Amino acid sequence: MIEGIFVDGLIFSIMVIGILIAYRILDFADLTCDGSVTTGAAAATMCIVSGKGIFLALVAAFLVGVLAGMVTATIHTKLKIPGLLAGILTMTMLYSVNLRILGNKANVPLLRIDTMFTKAAKLMPNAPSFVSMLLASLFIVIIIKLIIDVFFRSDLGIAIGALGGNEQVVISLGMSPTKLKLIGIGLSNGLIGLSGGLLAQYQGFADANMGQGMVVQGLAAIMIGEFLFSSNKISLITLRAILGSIIYKALMFFGRKYGYHIGITPNDFKLLTGLLVILSLIIAKVRNKVSDDSAKRNALKGRKTSGGHNA
Amino acid sequence: MLDIQNLVKVFYPGTVNETHAINGITLHINKGDVVSLIGSNGSGKSTLFNLISGTFPLTSGRITLDGKDITHQKEYKRAMDIGRVFQDPTKGTAANMSIEDNMIISSKKGMRWPKFSLYKKGVRERFNDMLKEISLDGRLKDNVGLLSGGQRQALTLLMTVMSEPKILLLDEHTAALDPPASDNIMKMTEEIIKERNLTAMMITHNMKFAIEFGNRLIMMDKGRVILDITGEEKRTMTVDKLVELFKHKSNKEFDEDNALLTN
Repeated sequence: MIEGIFVDGLIFSIMVIGILIAYRILDFADLTCDGSVTTGAAAATMCIVSGKGIFLALVAAFLVGVLAGMVTATIHTKLKIPGLLAGILTMTMLYSVNLRILGNKANVPLLRIDTMFTKAAKLMPNAPSFVSMLLASLFIVIIIKLIIDVFFRSDLGIAIGALGGNEQVVISLGMSPTKLKLIGIGLSNGLIGLSGGLLAQYQGFADANMGQGMVVQGLAAIMIGEFLFSSNKISLITLRAILGSIIYKALMFFGRKYGYHIGITPNDFKLLTGLLVILSLIIAKVRNKVSDDSAKRNALKGRKTSGGHNA
Repeated sequence: MLDIQNLVKVFYPGTVNETHAINGITLHINKGDVVSLIGSNGSGKSTLFNLISGTFPLTSGRITLDGKDITHQKEYKRAMDIGRVFQDPTKGTAANMSIEDNMIISSKKGMRWPKFSLYKKGVRERFNDMLKEISLDGRLKDNVGLLSGGQRQALTLLMTVMSEPKILLLDEHTAALDPPASDNIMKMTEEIIKERNLTAMMITHNMKFAIEFGNRLIMMDKGRVILDITGEEKRTMTVDKLVELFKHKSNKEFDEDNALLTN
């Protein structure tokens, strides 16, 4: 179903915004994501299965994500080990935790139980099911985008942004980088967990392996988004992450649909996603060089005409 | 104000690399003092600043600021009262953010909440007025990464004094700039310190700057204070006299350091 691209992409985009916070805003290569997305899915699924309700399920998915992120941040800051390793440690440990949450089963289905999407369909009895699904996921994504946009314009959000740009500035201003990282990585993984919770409801099951390769997919979506337009405004940065997610899911959809003509199967998608990220990196590098060169040329030209800069 | 007692710093103690960077410095900086700190490379000037700011722990000694013992306080906590400008212009600002974002986070010290100070009435106008001082007005939305080294250092200086630190530490903050920019920043530094009545210490390799700047001059060598002059003596100091004093105090020919201490 081609409509699936949008619902899938929107749910995925919440995770991509989470990855964006870690990678682009905090400049922290966080691999917790592969684990925390499953943790969120598992927590939400178990909440729904045990009849705790959908709202509580989503809150739980967000909170377990936050917790996972805070574990990574604590390992990184207190033991002073690189963020990459801290993330891998948490991710690996989460695999066991996730199986525990799922009651030692690798797969828990959400069949014949009310999920957010079946509830949304009941609310709009006349609309086709994909419309209600689309509206439900759009609603959540818009709310999250607005919250994130507003948060990163607040004093605390700007400080977290500064931490990603230059840790010394944050220290010089009397803020604890440890606390800011805890908040930032926590928020990032909270969104990732929430996205997992929604994904489980959308696909109708939670699976212990569903997080595999999510970070790379998320990065691919971020990079696709960055090709659309460049900006330093948070509202546009989150917007392009959402658009990038939908485009990524569309690419995967068409790959699945038409790929077999050229012998590509879904088994090849991880390889292709990785190659897509590498390609994006190369293009971004070339583009930066070109714009640097032209900036340099302009600066030299300016110097000749105006006779130098002030201070 | 700032009181330093028997400060000692040994790097890598007990190894072949053992280095005595600071050998028992006792120093009292009064409120309103503006000190220039000179000395050849390796004399311990920057280490002294790092110890005052808490970048790394000291070996022994005691540091108090305004009566508060800060000897073992964490760097970010001390920063509440200390403003620091580094030699590297990229260290004092976040390049990935706009000028207004940089200014709003430096307008006060300490941990913050999800408040929206930047959107309060009059804040942007106030920032723009401050930027006039360094000819950057009208560029609030520009990313700091677009600025030149001199412009960034001017902005850093402005940002550092915005939160009204008790003491300002300037660590060769003009050394990475070309001569016109360097003179400009020096002029601005003096103006800002005078205007706001700040207590400040400045490390410099430039003897001319050191003599012209402030009311007190401290010379360091091998982790010790070898010269500390104020008042009339400081006012009548010349570069030649300073070189003579250095030779005399450190028992060392000055020539080898000429390259490091420029006039």
